[in-house]
Amino acid sequence: MTLLKRGLSRRRVLQTGLAGIIGTGVAPMIFTKGAWAQEFCNNPTGDTVTFGLNLPLTGAYAEEGADEQKAYELAIKHLNGEGDGGLLNVLQPSALKGNGILGKKVAFVSSDSQTKSDVARAGATRMIERDGAIMITGGSSSGEAIAVQGLCQEMGVIFMAGLTHSNDTTGKDKKRYGFRHFFNAYQSGIGLAPVLGQEYGMDRRAYHLTADYTWGWTQEESIKNATEAMGWNTVAAVRTPLGSTDYSQYLTPILNSGADVLILNHYGLDMVNSLTQAVQFGMRDRQANGKDFQIVTPLISELMAKGAGESVKGIFGTSNWHWNLQDAGTIAFTKSFGAAYGSPPSQAAHTAYVQALLYADAVERAGTFYPPEVIKALEGHEFDGMGNGATLYRAEDHQCIKNVLVVRGNESPTSEFDVLNVVQEVPRETVAYDPAIFGGELGPSEPVPMC
Amino acid sequence: MFEVIFLQFLNGLDKGAAYALIALGLTLVFGTLGVVNFAHGALFMLGAFCAVLFRQLITLETVTLDPTKLSPWGSPLEIREPLVQAWFGDFGAVLLNYSVLFSILLTIPVMLVVGIALERGIIKHFYKRPHAEQILVTFGLAIVAQELIKSFFGPNPIPQPMPTDLRGAADIGAFLGMQANVITYPIWRLIYFLFAAVIIGGVFAFLQFTTFGMVVRAGMADRETVGLLGINIDKRFTIMFGLAAVVAGMAGVMYTPLLPPNYHIGMDFLVLSFVVVVVGGMGSLPGAVAAGFLLGILQSFASMTQVKDLIPGIDQIIIYLVAVVILLVRPRGLLGRRGVMEA
Repeated sequence: MTLLKRGLSRRRVLQTGLAGIIGTGVAPMIFTKGAWAQEFCNNPTGDTVTFGLNLPLTGAYAEEGADEQKAYELAIKHLNGEGDGGLLNVLQPSALKGNGILGKKVAFVSSDSQTKSDVARAGATRMIERDGAIMITGGSSSGEAIAVQGLCQEMGVIFMAGLTHSNDTTGKDKKRYGFRHFFNAYQSGIGLAPVLGQEYGMDRRAYHLTADYTWGWTQEESIKNATEAMGWNTVAAVRTPLGSTDYSQYLTPILNSGADVLILNHYGLDMVNSLTQAVQFGMRDRQANGKDFQIVTPLISELMAKGAGESVKGIFGTSNWHWNLQDAGTIAFTKSFGAAYGSPPSQAAHTAYVQALLYADAVERAGTFYPPEVIKALEGHEFDGMGNGATLYRAEDHQCIKNVLVVRGNESPTSEFDVLNVVQEVPRETVAYDPAIFGGELGPSEPVPMC
Repeated sequence: MFEVIFLQFLNGLDKGAAYALIALGLTLVFGTLGVVNFAHGALFMLGAFCAVLFRQLITLETVTLDPTKLSPWGSPLEIREPLVQAWFGDFGAVLLNYSVLFSILLTIPVMLVVGIALERGIIKHFYKRPHAEQILVTFGLAIVAQELIKSFFGPNPIPQPMPTDLRGAADIGAFLGMQANVITYPIWRLIYFLFAAVIIGGVFAFLQFTTFGMVVRAGMADRETVGLLGINIDKRFTIMFGLAAVVAGMAGVMYTPLLPPNYHIGMDFLVLSFVVVVVGGMGSLPGAVAAGFLLGILQSFASMTQVKDLIPGIDQIIIYLVAVVILLVRPRGLLGRRGVMEA
């Protein structure tokens, strides 16, 4: 009150306050873009920025992990302006310049997740805390993806998921800091069921063998729902441990179960083993209920098809992408990857490569590495040219909505790589769904946790 | 229902054959040398990798570029031709097709040398040491073998194709005069079962009907007395160790078409085989075989949906449950000698 008596007016108080703000250096943090730039995990201060690649290089999904690693290394080369540029040339719209990200060269560190969720989480923690990774990406199992996604939400680091197909990844376990380009089990069911009905009829009895973890459960549920909706019955659904090698004890009960279709909710080496052994048990030569016995693998990749060899011929499944599509993006990526590694890329490699580019593009568009701004740039982003047609990164659940492929094991391959044929491209409108059906909460992007 | 039970029984025999074959070597070493050999699983794994190595050798290729054809990424197409086929023509093709069976010819001498070198080089120094030390040193050997294989062949499984005409299933139902296409079973699994039966029978016959076997059996019963008779029992036991290594190695080779081998495959089987040996009775050959088949069959039936509906997860624990019961009720195992493993 004494101050006012000396004649300190409101104007004088405001002037003094403003001078104080400017004097203490707070003003630039209020009035300039990127004011929050100092306040997030692993803010890159040097001339490089580091990606953390979390890859299953051993375990049931090791082949996918190895292919993902090749794709990430190629993507990083292209982002840094090396090589032929790959999909940088065809991504629309694109803010990428081929000079790194925001002028910083991209580097990477990697960790073998061993296809185990706890190891994946530990590896991601190490890459964030020790190696200063700005973004974590990779993985080939939904168990890993969900575990790492949760960690990234806690640490304030963006996670661009690799191959993960469980509905839970962008469903009940979705996170604000997690993004998935790969399609999901629900979309596999919607895309695959009509083709199965057309090929095998509406009166079928199915027996499911299911990998006993989040992905297997949601795929089993999705395929059951989709096939039962068109008239099929489910005889039994039996869970098998992830990483099982000998499926004989699970296969023998099927032979006289009354089923005429075996649905293998397995992936990677598990699927190679179970499919090969099912064929060894003579299932594809059997008759049941007056019909030819059939085997279906709802999620299949060219790596698995190659591993299963003869057994995969004529088998139906779905894929996120396939290298022999004829759009400009697919041709560019296949050419780039094939020239570098001598084999066409798998769907795991494709999704890994695309995720790396999409993150980099989002950072360029946001003009900052600050995660909440990058998240905003990714949410609701529409793009094209990456091999899947027009694609939406849906804001509500961070699931990419795009075309889904129904594929079939090639009966007469012309080369060792020519193992799958695309029989149908299911348009994205058909496989889009209400994100609310799987529940879950994305959670906040701010305040940004500090790792 | 009969078909289901019959198939599960067949499946149990198939699994049991694998367990019995590994447990046989394990209990043979324990019965002759008194050594608890935790490296026995590694011998199974080394055998499997003899098959892998053999296949890699015979699939060495020549690569030529065909500029008239392009790969999907625009480079000239690579034409690959196996050298063995170029050199041996039709026989080369047969060699490639039956590589698993031919690889046994490589496996037998390799495993014999490995077994004898292991026994003479390391294990003989631990005969009179406590079982705990034997377990430590043999477990260490197993880890060394695993890491060596991992560094040469990588960490991931390497599929081995089975011969084309032995793929698919045999119609056992029709063979037994029943309805066709009801009881079918994979041909290679039947071959594996027959192979195991022949090897087990051969080992028993060798021990039962040869002078060498008679001396070994006498040494197993009373080593000192046999030594006092002027017989070099140590030499015979060394050969038995080599023989056990050969049996484990051949079991590994024949299993490769069923399960792509990786460096860890031996450890997966070792634990189960030890349970088999304990259930059968440490050092008892008939016990190991009987317990192998018994546990294989029990595991197979425990995997039936009807059983799993009653007791979820029973297929994963049945073997260990039986082991616990046996150790509580009859510590020396089903056919073990009185006093062994008993207080």
